[in-house]
Amino acid sequence: MLSVSLDQARYGCNLVAHGVFQEPSLYTVKALFILDNDGNRLLSKYYDPELYPSMKEQNNFEKNVFNKTHKADNEIAFLEGMTVVYKSSIDLFFYVVGSPQENELMLMSVLNCLFDSLTQILRKNVERRYLLENMEGVFLVVDEIIDGGVILESDPQQVLQKVNYKLVSEQAYGFVLFDYITGSLEGEAERGQLL
Amino acid sequence: MIKKFDKKDEESGSGSNPFQHLEKSAVLQEARIFNETPINPRRCLHILTKIIYLLNQGEHFGTTEATEAFFAMTRLFQSNDQTLRRMCYLTIKEMANISEDVIIVTSSLTKDMTGKEDVYRGPAIRALCRITDVRGMLVCQLHYYDVVKRWVNEAQEAASSDNIMVQYHALGLLYHLRKNDRLAVSKMLNKFTKSGLKSPFAYCMLIRIASKLLEETEGGHDSPLFDFIESCLRNKNEMVVYEAASAIVHMPTCSARELAPAVSVLQLFCSSPKAALRYAAVRTLNKVAMKHPSAVTACNLDLENLITDSNRSIATLAITTLLKTGSESSVDRLMKQISSFVSEISDEFKVVVVQAISSLCQKYPRKHSVMMNFLSNMLRDDGGFEYKRAIVDCIIGIIEENPESKETGLAHLCEFIEDCEHTVLATKILHLLGKEGPRTPAPSKYIRFIFNRVVLESEAVRAAAVSALAKFGAQNDDLLPSVLVLMQRCMMDSDDEVRDRATFYMNVLQQKQKALNAAYIFNGLSVSVPGLEKSLHQYTLDPSERPFDMKSVPLATTPISEQKSDMAPIATSKMPEKMAPSRQDIYQEQLAAILEFQGLGPLFKSSEAVQLTEAETEYVVRCVKHTFAQHMVFQFDCTNTLNDQLLQKVVVQMEPSESYEVLHYIPAANLPYSQPGSCYSLVRLPEEDPTAVSCTFSCTMRYLVRDCDPNTGDPDDDGYDDEYVLEDLEVTVADHIQKVLKPNFGAAWEEVGDEFEKEETFALASVRTLDEAVGNIVSFLGMQPCERSDKVPENKNSHVLFLAGVFRGGHDLLVRARLALSDGVTMQVTVRGADETPVDVILASVG
Repeated sequence: MLSVSLDQARYGCNLVAHGVFQEPSLYTVKALFILDNDGNRLLSKYYDPELYPSMKEQNNFEKNVFNKTHKADNEIAFLEGMTVVYKSSIDLFFYVVGSPQENELMLMSVLNCLFDSLTQILRKNVERRYLLENMEGVFLVVDEIIDGGVILESDPQQVLQKVNYKLVSEQAYGFVLFDYITGSLEGEAERGQLL
Repeated sequence: MIKKFDKKDEESGSGSNPFQHLEKSAVLQEARIFNETPINPRRCLHILTKIIYLLNQGEHFGTTEATEAFFAMTRLFQSNDQTLRRMCYLTIKEMANISEDVIIVTSSLTKDMTGKEDVYRGPAIRALCRITDVRGMLVCQLHYYDVVKRWVNEAQEAASSDNIMVQYHALGLLYHLRKNDRLAVSKMLNKFTKSGLKSPFAYCMLIRIASKLLEETEGGHDSPLFDFIESCLRNKNEMVVYEAASAIVHMPTCSARELAPAVSVLQLFCSSPKAALRYAAVRTLNKVAMKHPSAVTACNLDLENLITDSNRSIATLAITTLLKTGSESSVDRLMKQISSFVSEISDEFKVVVVQAISSLCQKYPRKHSVMMNFLSNMLRDDGGFEYKRAIVDCIIGIIEENPESKETGLAHLCEFIEDCEHTVLATKILHLLGKEGPRTPAPSKYIRFIFNRVVLESEAVRAAAVSALAKFGAQNDDLLPSVLVLMQRCMMDSDDEVRDRATFYMNVLQQKQKALNAAYIFNGLSVSVPGLEKSLHQYTLDPSERPFDMKSVPLATTPISEQKSDMAPIATSKMPEKMAPSRQDIYQEQLAAILEFQGLGPLFKSSEAVQLTEAETEYVVRCVKHTFAQHMVFQFDCTNTLNDQLLQKVVVQMEPSESYEVLHYIPAANLPYSQPGSCYSLVRLPEEDPTAVSCTFSCTMRYLVRDCDPNTGDPDDDGYDDEYVLEDLEVTVADHIQKVLKPNFGAAWEEVGDEFEKEETFALASVRTLDEAVGNIVSFLGMQPCERSDKVPENKNSHVLFLAGVFRGGHDLLVRARLALSDGVTMQVTVRGADETPVDVILASVG
């Protein structure tokens, strides 16, 4: 129920913080993105409208981050004035970006939650092609973990429960995708009636 | 298990992407099946996924096509498929700002929001929020505002909820609703720190709120809030422990002893298997090392182990921390280690390394040759602007601190500008060469580097090079003929600015007069540029027979040399640096808006704020003294900290000790609780005795009190007069003098000449060291130390201090103070000025 007011609260949040300490705020995550092993964007979300507002800036940032991180799995880096925590799996790279003042462990908890939730949804096959096959599940998971930069959930079990991504539809969806790729949509329609 | 992948797909390699060749138009075409009956959830779902994927890739959707797709999608609300519904919400969120008429889904969302289905409620609200966010629907907004208000109670309950995230959000929201009410925040903290929370996120939030409140109230370390933060160092969760340690480290007034517990938990984190935790710990220790290097020495062993960390960011931070805490003997070894991997780290961390070297140079000046070598190597490497700028700044810093390194440093910088793509850095270095080069033993060797710039570079750099050349000509008589020849060539430049400068300098130099050289080549203008612009504009609007008077232009306030305190990786601001109006420009505007102050002329100087009350009193009053040519304006910034009072007609009555005359009081009409307001007093300076520069005023604040209800803020109808005695306010000689930096003091000294020169000798019996004497004189006279003469070299028994300033009314004023240390300090003061009065004022006030 609280999310409405959180968005309302944003109007007051852009005030310049005075003094050493930032104005305490729920807006923790600046950006989140998933790249493949060529550095191409599969999913990305920018939560702070002032951080890289244009697609070009976002792509440059992602390229830069990817170049600096894909060789060694170092978990954390400081790039372009932002704290970046990351994790890779086979041919996927997951990134969570926060301000340099942000508690690095909070960002890690978001990254871990994202990774663990996807691991479960993808049945441990955290790989590019399985991720792409289940893209709507991925979108929903991200939506449950962060909204507008606020951490909504950090427990993967809770995320899965809320997303309620059903095994049945998931399997069937695999067929849909297959049908889409091979172009046999009629076949799919028949199967849809059977189910 | 996930369905096995089809063979066909396998053949096309693992690089296949089902979304790769998506065409926006094709997808929108497909979206027509949204209108089919019955709805086929799976196909629709897939199309929605494709739309979101395209949007995410940055595909642009036109308003019309987005709106069409959006309309079609609304039909999908008829389906009961959960995942499909959820994807609809997501699509709404993504399209909210491109599609028109998103409002039409409001009712569907509202239905889901208030419905029974738990899975829908959250996402539906979030989607609805996004729409109203974008469309700014007034009705909705108002409705939510009400909801938010009513939620204070609900949020209170939620904060005690068992669900850990709900607790966190509730706390964040409660803080947001109350953050302007310090008392309410304090109560809230009190409640939650006592009752305890389950969520580590909520704890972190609580620590942040507590540190913010501590900072605002300038609370000490005996405060219960500090105790709470310290107690969080023993929390079970690492996230909370780190947050608490970081909060303590960032407190502005923490002693080494209070830091110790925080430092020891950070030390433990240094050996954590989690890279993020090691990084967080060493980054925070690095911050501690900047202010309290001794507090971190206990961690030296752990930091040594991190030097070989596979995460280069951690290794760099560890080394730079060690550079700050380690001894002089370890410097060479650490520098060697850094150079082994400096090419592997990001620019951000290279800047950190440079900053560490810079502070090291200040600590161990004897090591400057090692550092200079290292820096010049870094300067040759590739790197961005910020990185190069940090190196250049650092080299300039070393040159200024260590005169014996000047020539090596200048040589490195000369080499750098031979191939420098950054105009800002090139002009900065040329300026430095112009200032320092002519005074080195062999000035001629810099001429070549400078003239190369005139031939090869862009306009801005060429112009800077011309200015630098002129300084060589002005200082060195034997170089003058060659400089004039070069100047002649610059007069043929294609750029106006370069040509103008060359012609100007040419003519000045040909006069061969020291005073002209000093005024127009070495020391330049000391007025504020925005001020000059404004004055000239005013003059053109209202032309008169009289020539424009430079003395009527407000002076540039010398920038206070900023402390490079934050040496940890700092966010590089993306905003271009704007020419911000100075503090004085702002005051000038504010005062000009008040009718009584018109006709006082330009604002000459504004002092720092002086506290006239103790910190924790009912009313807080600070005073800023504004000096004009014949008047002073006292600005009293008052804050009422009583929430049951409204003050009205507030004035500060002043009783001068000397023949100063109070002309006007301008009251602050209303002073409600916690909203600062200003009242003013206008005072005329004594005309008959211009040397009477100091005066003491006894001040009393007078006002009408109206009691009010602390909750609603409604005041009673009647009020009563009251007064409050403030501390005395002093006007001193420093209030009449504005600091002006003369880059070449010797030239300025000659320029002013000895027409009004006076000299006197004083004994400063109570002063024990030269440093102390210099500090006292500078702060007493409020003048600008030149030629870095405010730094007394170690182990010296005598020192000469050069001070420059402008006296009220626009007269240049220079002071040379020769100091000798014997039993006390003996001081011979020589004052030169463009007018006699200021010279007398200085000697009278020193005596």
